[in-house]
Amino acid sequence: MFRVKYVFLQFVCLLQEKKEREREMALRNIMGKRVGIGLMGSRALSTATCDVESGSAKSINLYSAINQALHVALETDPRAFVFGEDVSFGGVFRCTTGLADRFGKARVFNTPLCEQGIVGFGIGLAAMGNRAIAEIQFADYIYPAFDQIVNEAAKFRYRSGNQFNCGGLTIRAPYGAVGHGGHYHSQSPEAFFCHVPGIKVVIPRSPRQAKGLLLSCIRDPNPVVFFEPKWLYRLAVEEVPEHDYMLPLSEAEVIRQGSDITLVGWGAQLSIMEQACIEAEKDGISCELIDLKTLIPWDKETVEASVRKTGRVLISHEAPVTGGFGAEISASIVECCFLRLEAPVARVCGLDTPFPLVFEPFYMPTKNKILDAIKATVNY
Amino acid sequence: MAFFSKNSRTIINNLKSKAGLSRLMKQSRNCCSMSCLNNTNCCRFIPLTTIPQLRNPDSYSHKKGFLFCFQRFQSTTSEQQFASLPNGEHNQELDFPGGKVVLSPEMQFLSESPCVYNHCYRVLDDNGQLISNSNFVQVSEEIAVKMYSNMATLQILDTIFYEAQRQGRISFYVTTIGEEAINIASAAALKSDDIVFPQYREPGVLLWRGFTLQEFANQCFGNKADYGKGRQMPVHYGSNKLNYFTVASTIATQIPHAVGAAYSLKMDKKDACAVTYFGDGGTSEGDFHAALNFAAVTESPVIFICRNNGWAISTPTSDQFRSEGIAVRGQAYGVRSIRVDGNDALAMYSAVHAAREMAINEHRPILVEAVTYRVGHHSTSDDSTKYRPADEIEWWKMARDPVTRFRKWIEANGWWGSETESQLRSSIRNQLLQAIQIAERAEKPPVNDLFTDVYDNIPSNLHEQEKWLRGTINRHPKDYPADVPV
Repeated sequence: MFRVKYVFLQFVCLLQEKKEREREMALRNIMGKRVGIGLMGSRALSTATCDVESGSAKSINLYSAINQALHVALETDPRAFVFGEDVSFGGVFRCTTGLADRFGKARVFNTPLCEQGIVGFGIGLAAMGNRAIAEIQFADYIYPAFDQIVNEAAKFRYRSGNQFNCGGLTIRAPYGAVGHGGHYHSQSPEAFFCHVPGIKVVIPRSPRQAKGLLLSCIRDPNPVVFFEPKWLYRLAVEEVPEHDYMLPLSEAEVIRQGSDITLVGWGAQLSIMEQACIEAEKDGISCELIDLKTLIPWDKETVEASVRKTGRVLISHEAPVTGGFGAEISASIVECCFLRLEAPVARVCGLDTPFPLVFEPFYMPTKNKILDAIKATVNY
Repeated sequence: MAFFSKNSRTIINNLKSKAGLSRLMKQSRNCCSMSCLNNTNCCRFIPLTTIPQLRNPDSYSHKKGFLFCFQRFQSTTSEQQFASLPNGEHNQELDFPGGKVVLSPEMQFLSESPCVYNHCYRVLDDNGQLISNSNFVQVSEEIAVKMYSNMATLQILDTIFYEAQRQGRISFYVTTIGEEAINIASAAALKSDDIVFPQYREPGVLLWRGFTLQEFANQCFGNKADYGKGRQMPVHYGSNKLNYFTVASTIATQIPHAVGAAYSLKMDKKDACAVTYFGDGGTSEGDFHAALNFAAVTESPVIFICRNNGWAISTPTSDQFRSEGIAVRGQAYGVRSIRVDGNDALAMYSAVHAAREMAINEHRPILVEAVTYRVGHHSTSDDSTKYRPADEIEWWKMARDPVTRFRKWIEANGWWGSETESQLRSSIRNQLLQAIQIAERAEKPPVNDLFTDVYDNIPSNLHEQEKWLRGTINRHPKDYPADVPV
C-alpha cells in the first residue's frame, strides 16, 4: 500500500514538474520581453518563514494570492472590511473575487468614485478599531487621497498624543508598468509616500510574498500603503501556502547571494534585476540581490551589511530616477559606507518623463541597462 | 425631559408644515422608489416618433425654470411598455440604470436657486421669548441651566485665553464668540457615546462633556499634562475619554472620517451616531462632497453640522459658494437636511436631537446648517476689521448674542438671576486664571516625546536620529528651549 502511495506521489510530482516546465515555456513564448521565471524558482534562497509542503501549498498567481490574503483577513477578523471602486463584483484585477458573496455586502462593498472619500472613510473606520482595507483602483489615481494619507492617516496617532490611531487602515493599489498602460495605468508613486513619517510602504515581489506581506500589513497597527505589481497579477505563479501566514515588515531579504556587487530593488523590477544577475554571472560577476519589501521604515542594516561585503551598490526602480526612492538608499549608503565603496552608487531607473506608451521599452530600466551598469560599476 | 412631540416622525411632520419642507420631503419620498431600481429590469425601447420634442424640436416652454430630459436608449428590444402618470397624458415614466425619470415634452431647467427660500428653524425670538406655536424638544431646568452655564463659561474661557495670547503667554488662540449656542446646544442634544469629529471652533462640545478648564489650559500651553504631548498648536484639543477626536488645522478632512466612524457604529449596532462640525468655508472642500455622498450611499448614522458663520477668514460666503446656503446641498446628495438659527439654543437643541434620532433609527445621514455670525476674528493672527465693518461686528455681538438670548429665556422661567450670573462669571474667571497659572508653570513634555507615536513602536531610523539629536543638544544646549526636559 505504501509503495503504491509512494509511486503515486512520485507520479504526481513529475506531473507537477512537467506542468511547471510547460508553464514556463508558455510564458517565455508569450511574453518574450519580461518574464519573472527565475524569481519564482528562487525557493531555495528564500528565507520566507513558511513551510512549503506539497499538500498545503498551491501554485497560484499574484491576484489569487492577494485574494487569498483578503479572504483570510476577513475570516479571521469580523471587524475587517474591504471597500473601493468595483470591489464588489471581484475588482478590475479580480483581487476581491468571492469576498462579497462570502462575507456579505456590509463588509465588502463598492464605494463612489472618489479616492479622497475612500481613504477618508477608511481612516474613520480604522479609527474606531476596525481593519479598513481600502482599494485604490490604480496607483495612478491615488493622488486625490494624498492629503488624507499624508495629513491625516500619517499623523493621526502622533497629533493626538496616541489617544487615537488609524493603524487598522491598509490601502492597496496596483502599480507599475504593464506593457501598454501609458501615463495613467503604469505609475510607480512609492517615492511620494516614502517621504511621509507615520505610514509604511510595502511592495511584494511575488505571490507568496504578497499573501504574507499583505496579511502583515493588514494586521500591523500602523496605516500602510501596499503597492501590488500589476504586471505580475497573472504572470507570476508560485507555490503559495494555503494557510494563514505573515511575513515580517521592515525586513529586507537577500534573495540571491553574491560577493561583487549589491543590487537593491522591490516589486516587479526584481525579476528583471535577477535576469541581469544571472547574465552577469556568466561574466564572472557575483551579484547579491536584495528585495527591500518595506520601503519605509526600510531595513538599512541588511543593505549596509551587504554593501560592506561587496563594496558596490546598484539600485533599480521603474519610477523616474530624480527623487525616486533609490536616491534615499544611495544617500544613506554613502553616509554609512563611503570608505568601503569601490565605486559610486549606481541607479538604473525610469526616465524623468511621464510614463510613455510607444516609448515604454525605451523608458524602462531593462535587463541590459542594469547589466551595463553592473559592469561599469565593477570595472570602475 | 418631556417631549413636546411624541416621536421624531411627529416632529418632522410638524417641521414640515411649519418650515415648508413639505416640497422637499415629498421629493425625497418620490426618490425612495428610485433606490428600488432593479438593474435587471428589461430596458425599454421608445419609438422616436412618439417623442414630442423630436417631432417638433424647436418648441420649448417659455416658463421660468426649465427641465431638459435627454433621451437615451439602452437597448434595441422591440418591447414598447410605458408607465403613464395620472397627471397628463404626455408624461411618461422610464427606468434607466441611473434612475427613474419622468418624461415631459416641456423643456424645463432646474432653477439655480430654490423657488421658495429655504426656511430657517427657530424657536426663540431675538428677545429670548418663545415664538408661539413653535415646535421644540422641551428642556428641563437642570439641562437648561447647565447649557447656559456652559455657554457663559465658554465666553469667559475665550476672553481670558485670547488675552493670554495677546500677552504672549500662549502662541495662538481661536475664539468661538457668537457660536456658543451651536457648540453647547448641539452637545447637549447628543449623548456621551456619540463620536465627535470637530473642526476647531467647537471647544464647547468638549466643555459640555466634562473637559476641565485645566485640561484646556494644559493643551494651550503644551505642557506635560497635555494629552497631545505638546505636539500641536493651542486649541487642538482631543479626548478619547470624551469621544472627541483631536482637532487638526486641516479643513474638512474630518468630515469623511465621521462617515467611516458612523458606519462602524452601525455595524456594531450601537445606539450612537457620529457628529462632525465644519464651517461654511469647509463646505467648499472636496472632502465635504465626498463625505456627504459616501454617507448617503453607505447609509451611515452621521450628523453633519455646518456652522455657517458668514466668514472663512476674510472670505464672505458670497465668495465661497452661490448655492442658497448649505442645507440645500443635502438634497443633491440624497441627504435630509435642515437650516437652523444657530444663535437659538433651543432650536439647535431640538434640531440636533431630532437629527440624532433619525440618524440612528433610520441609518441615515442628516445635514444641519446652523446660520450664525463669527463675532470674533478668525484667530489671534487675524484682525477682521480689515475686511468687515467694525459696527457690523459690534451689532452681532450686542444685539444678536446667543448667550444673552438664552439667558432671557431661562430668566423668564425663573431658573436664573443676576446673582447667579455674577457668581458664575466670577467663579469661572478665578478658576481659569488659576488653571492658566498652573499650566504655565508646568513642565513641558520631554524631548523623547518628539520621537514616540510616529508609529506604534519607534523604528530604527528614529532611534538613530534621537541619538544624533541628543549629541547635538549636549554640544549646543543654548540652541534649545530650557523648559523642555531633555
